[in-house]
Amino acid sequence: MDRPTPPSDRPPPLSLDSALQLLAHSGQPAPAGEPGTAAWMQGLIDALVDLSSRDALTGLANRRSFDLALGREIDRVARSGEPALLLALDIDHFKRVNDNFGHGAGDLVIQAVAGALLDCVRPMDLVARVGGEEFAIILPNCPSAFGETVAERVRRRVERMPVTVGPGQNLSVSVSVGGAFAPQWVRSTPALWVERADQQLYRAKALGRNVVQLEPTAVSLVSNDEKRLLFETSSFQDFE
Amino acid sequence: MTQAKSQHPPSRIAAITSGKGGVGKTFVAANLAAALARQGRRVLVLDADLGLANLDVVLNLQPKITLHDVFTRKATLQEAVLPAPGGFSVLLAGSGMVEYSRMTPEVRDQLQRVIDEVAPRYDHVLLDTGAGISDVVLYTVSLADDVIIVATPEPTSLTDAYATIKVLATTQGRRAMGVLVNQVRRPGEGRAVRQQLQTVVDRYVNPGLDSFVRLDLLGELPADPAVRDAVQRRQLLLESMPGAPAAVAMSVVATRMIEEAP
Repeated sequence: MDRPTPPSDRPPPLSLDSALQLLAHSGQPAPAGEPGTAAWMQGLIDALVDLSSRDALTGLANRRSFDLALGREIDRVARSGEPALLLALDIDHFKRVNDNFGHGAGDLVIQAVAGALLDCVRPMDLVARVGGEEFAIILPNCPSAFGETVAERVRRRVERMPVTVGPGQNLSVSVSVGGAFAPQWVRSTPALWVERADQQLYRAKALGRNVVQLEPTAVSLVSNDEKRLLFETSSFQDFE
Repeated sequence: MTQAKSQHPPSRIAAITSGKGGVGKTFVAANLAAALARQGRRVLVLDADLGLANLDVVLNLQPKITLHDVFTRKATLQEAVLPAPGGFSVLLAGSGMVEYSRMTPEVRDQLQRVIDEVAPRYDHVLLDTGAGISDVVLYTVSLADDVIIVATPEPTSLTDAYATIKVLATTQGRRAMGVLVNQVRRPGEGRAVRQQLQTVVDRYVNPGLDSFVRLDLLGELPADPAVRDAVQRRQLLLESMPGAPAAVAMSVVATRMIEEAP
């Protein structure tokens, strides 16, 4: 006969087995302390949060934490007026790697590029994997005069890095880099910032890949071609 | 519980900007406000040209209290809102605002606070920005629902209007902007100017965007000797010569703005 459970202030026991399994599987240490205590639970939750904000293949920030960080950064820039740069990167001809060397090789390339990106930014910068072969880097407090240098350093670093995908099989890969600075002071949206960086990435791809293309800081610059078209008299002639 | 419904639709905030100086921004702001007021609208013009304010000059006002006093908390916002000759209200920047002509967190917070506080009491708030595309101008425009670009058919004005449109489209995601062409020499020239700007935007700006920028011609104001006279005498054209061609054209613009308000 089951005895009725005595009334208790304690919460009902949780089933944490799959959470612990997930942590163990992903190589995370088990939470420290006596299981069931508040400190242990906090450790478990922290580890799960960390896990859910990282990309499984590379350990970089994933799309979810990138979106969060981008929202925070754009607020900060609007408040402080500090410059911040967003770089959008894409591995060039990645499909060829997969097609010619298999998906395992593709994974190795992605991991190698991730490592290279992490190697050439500051600890305060956030490197994220935002898609299959797409990466993004948020660089807070990056003066516009340094943007080109930073982006170029990243590009060159990847270009010079051999990736070993099998015995005696070394690949070299490259990335195209697009970038845009956040509008200082002005309230904007993360989506618009990403769009602007992406536009530059498309331009970099169109220019033949393995190049850096930053949005000109002075978008107010009007080129001679634009002026020529602006002053073209065709539509004014009707009134002469 | 139901929320009390506001009697009036929310106010429309329009930023009047131009890139180039001297194309008639402040003249437009003041007279457009008068034209809207004549049609029964509650209008406030805020002189957002904090460094080189001259709305007071155009309106022949010698304000004792300005935005400067509000920013430094020497006066309340209510004390700084003044009646202007054309039946609308003004918030003047006045002199001594040079320290606010550069963007700082303080300028941002103050401008935002002032606009948030004052806007609900009006149908239209017109922000008269400074010339150029400085941080302060761009920030002021970002606070507005609508953008009115004032341009003249001069090449320099066209270039600066185009640069402004480009910056607002790319950095603020503006997709619809109004163009008001001033000092037009023949009927239809305003339409040609808008078309010319749109052509260059279509060729050089739109291809890089996910959706297209559309420029609307809000109206054209004929080059009119009466304008010069009114400006010289520091009077509103709509008050001193309401029948002058430029005043009539301004009223047409006001009617359109009222009809098209959502």
